[in-house]
Amino acid sequence: MAKTMISIENLSKVYRMGTIGSGSLRDDFVIWWANIRGKENPLLKIGESTERIEGEYFWALRDINLKVKEGEVLGIIGENGAGKSTLLKILSRITSPTEGEFHLGGRLSSLIEVGTGFHGELTGRENIYLNGAIHGMARSEIDRRLDEIVDFAGVGEYIDTPVKRYSSGMYVRLGFAVAAHLNSEILLVDEVLAVGDIEFQNKALGKMKDVALEGRTILFVSHNMDAIRRLCTRVILFEDGIVKENGSVDDIITKYFLQNSPIELTSQIELPKSILPDIMRINNRENKNQLSVCGNHLSFFNNDSKPQYIFKIGETWKIRIDFEVHNPLEHCIVAVGLVTIKHVAIVTFWSKPKKLTPGKYFAQFDVDIPLKACDIQFAVGISNYERSIYYAEGIGRVSIMEISKETSQPFRAKGSGILLSEQITEIKSIR
Amino acid sequence: MVKETQTEQWVITVSSKHKWLDLHIREVWEYRDLIFLYVRRNFAAAYKQTILGPFWHFFQAIASSAVFTVIFSGFAGLPTDELPPFLFYLSGNLMWSFFSSCFRDNSSIFTANAGLFGKVYFPRLVMPFTAVITAFFHFLIRLGLFIAVIIIYMASGVPIYLTWWIAIVPLLLIMTAFMGMALGFFSSALTAKYRDLQMLVGYGMSLLLYSTPVIYPASMVPEKYIDLYFLNPVAPIVEAFRYAFLSAGTLDISRLGYSLGFTLVTLLIGLILFNKVERNFMDTV
Repeated sequence: MAKTMISIENLSKVYRMGTIGSGSLRDDFVIWWANIRGKENPLLKIGESTERIEGEYFWALRDINLKVKEGEVLGIIGENGAGKSTLLKILSRITSPTEGEFHLGGRLSSLIEVGTGFHGELTGRENIYLNGAIHGMARSEIDRRLDEIVDFAGVGEYIDTPVKRYSSGMYVRLGFAVAAHLNSEILLVDEVLAVGDIEFQNKALGKMKDVALEGRTILFVSHNMDAIRRLCTRVILFEDGIVKENGSVDDIITKYFLQNSPIELTSQIELPKSILPDIMRINNRENKNQLSVCGNHLSFFNNDSKPQYIFKIGETWKIRIDFEVHNPLEHCIVAVGLVTIKHVAIVTFWSKPKKLTPGKYFAQFDVDIPLKACDIQFAVGISNYERSIYYAEGIGRVSIMEISKETSQPFRAKGSGILLSEQITEIKSIR
Repeated sequence: MVKETQTEQWVITVSSKHKWLDLHIREVWEYRDLIFLYVRRNFAAAYKQTILGPFWHFFQAIASSAVFTVIFSGFAGLPTDELPPFLFYLSGNLMWSFFSSCFRDNSSIFTANAGLFGKVYFPRLVMPFTAVITAFFHFLIRLGLFIAVIIIYMASGVPIYLTWWIAIVPLLLIMTAFMGMALGFFSSALTAKYRDLQMLVGYGMSLLLYSTPVIYPASMVPEKYIDLYFLNPVAPIVEAFRYAFLSAGTLDISRLGYSLGFTLVTLLIGLILFNKVERNFMDTV
């Protein structure tokens, strides 16, 4: 059985809103007296209520219980203000808990920011030592890893230049390089991967993965579900200061999207009632007050025509657009575009042109493109004589994911790109 | 149910319940490299792109002592215990600036390091130690100047007598350092929450300077007020320092004992305050 590296018991953190005093001298005195004896604030009604805000007290975290085993990479997700960062701050001992306690089975380093404590006047080398020491590394340990760090940061010959002369990219790389080479058994990482260019982010993510493979324990806070998917072995979802969900990566991410997607994640979405961008409207010879066509809804089904919005990798699914025609259309085409939530256009499907009289219609599209795990949004357009008369974008949300581990080849399914290729080519030797 | 068989070997335990005084001294020791690097950084960073580097301390000491000589001794005609005025002011400045930099650097320890303290944990006592050690090195530089000036005066025939009391100078320095640090903690605990107290602290320091024998000798104080005067715990130290090196003024063991007692009591309270502030300071920034 793997060793427990982090054990959190009944941990709560309460902030007092407003700045000075509790409003009553007597309360102030009671709190002060409890405080100097090292007791808890007796005016907090622990466990009596679950409201996040009680009077002037704000429960940033409430009654957190959590165990993390050695070698686990625990992803922590949740909306801003859900308590993720507060937890990291308490675990890294930047601030102390109001209630409860936690135990750590090893040294812990927190990467809440890269390059913490860098001093502009000092050289890269001096800053590596200083930064390492801030994170609790002894000089001899840094000596041993110096070459690795310099190499990873890719600052090479500039290592003896004051860091104030570094480009911001070099600065960040150096900061991350030190952090990534800390040798504490537990690592807390808070969004630091969000800095730097894509190439560096990937390198950093790869490094985190290596660290995880060494059997160290990582807590990883991120809004980047892609990174969470690639790195984590388990995910917890924070909501309003409590651990709302705790489980497998895909399950929790799905649940998170379900409840937090800005667009409601359902199998049927109402389409906006009009909507042409103004530029199109000007070119439109139709009566401007009465639209000749309007979208009703956008819906998704699996192959058995069952409404659904999460599909397995490799599964074929259907998109249906329902719309209403008010004026006769001579040459109507319906189109739907698929765009990932990172704004990468995937494909556009078109209908055949058709002559339509006023009434209700629908168009259905089969999505048989081998997509990898991703989240997709849609753009819906209707045209008459190749002129756009209805257009709406950024609507709907469909998730393609690996629902169970055995359905796909994880190695191929996880590489970069949007499409999944079935091709497996052979390596041939050149003679 | 499978019972957890692991015999928990926790390395770190943090609880909402805490002791009055929990200094993590062992942890501070583990971070000694950091103290060393910070002290070095304070020097390296402060003097990069300067012409005189650490010799600024010479300049400051000489300039302020020279100004004191002209104004307080020359214009105001204040006595200097029969010492050359320049040497008298130099010795007073030396101790006072050591005390005041120990105090000043510790009084802003939380606000000055808020950015760092908000991002990473290390035993917070690292910073006060760093401040005191840095101040000590600055003191050493000035001490070198002071000794050089003594030698110059002696060579030019001015009668100066060193005493065996020089042996207690290390103790004087330790007292000064810890007293400055402790009072700095008081001030940092208060100013962490109420920023406007910083003004009061600055004002208090200049009042303290006037009631310390830096620009005038304690022998000037009327007899009936002398006990009251020496309630200022810095005064006996400055007098003793001057006596040890220049055999001028007084060295009163009981008054030094009072300073020592004052230092110990304030240090204890100061550390308790520091402990309390470090736990939740980040919530009030």
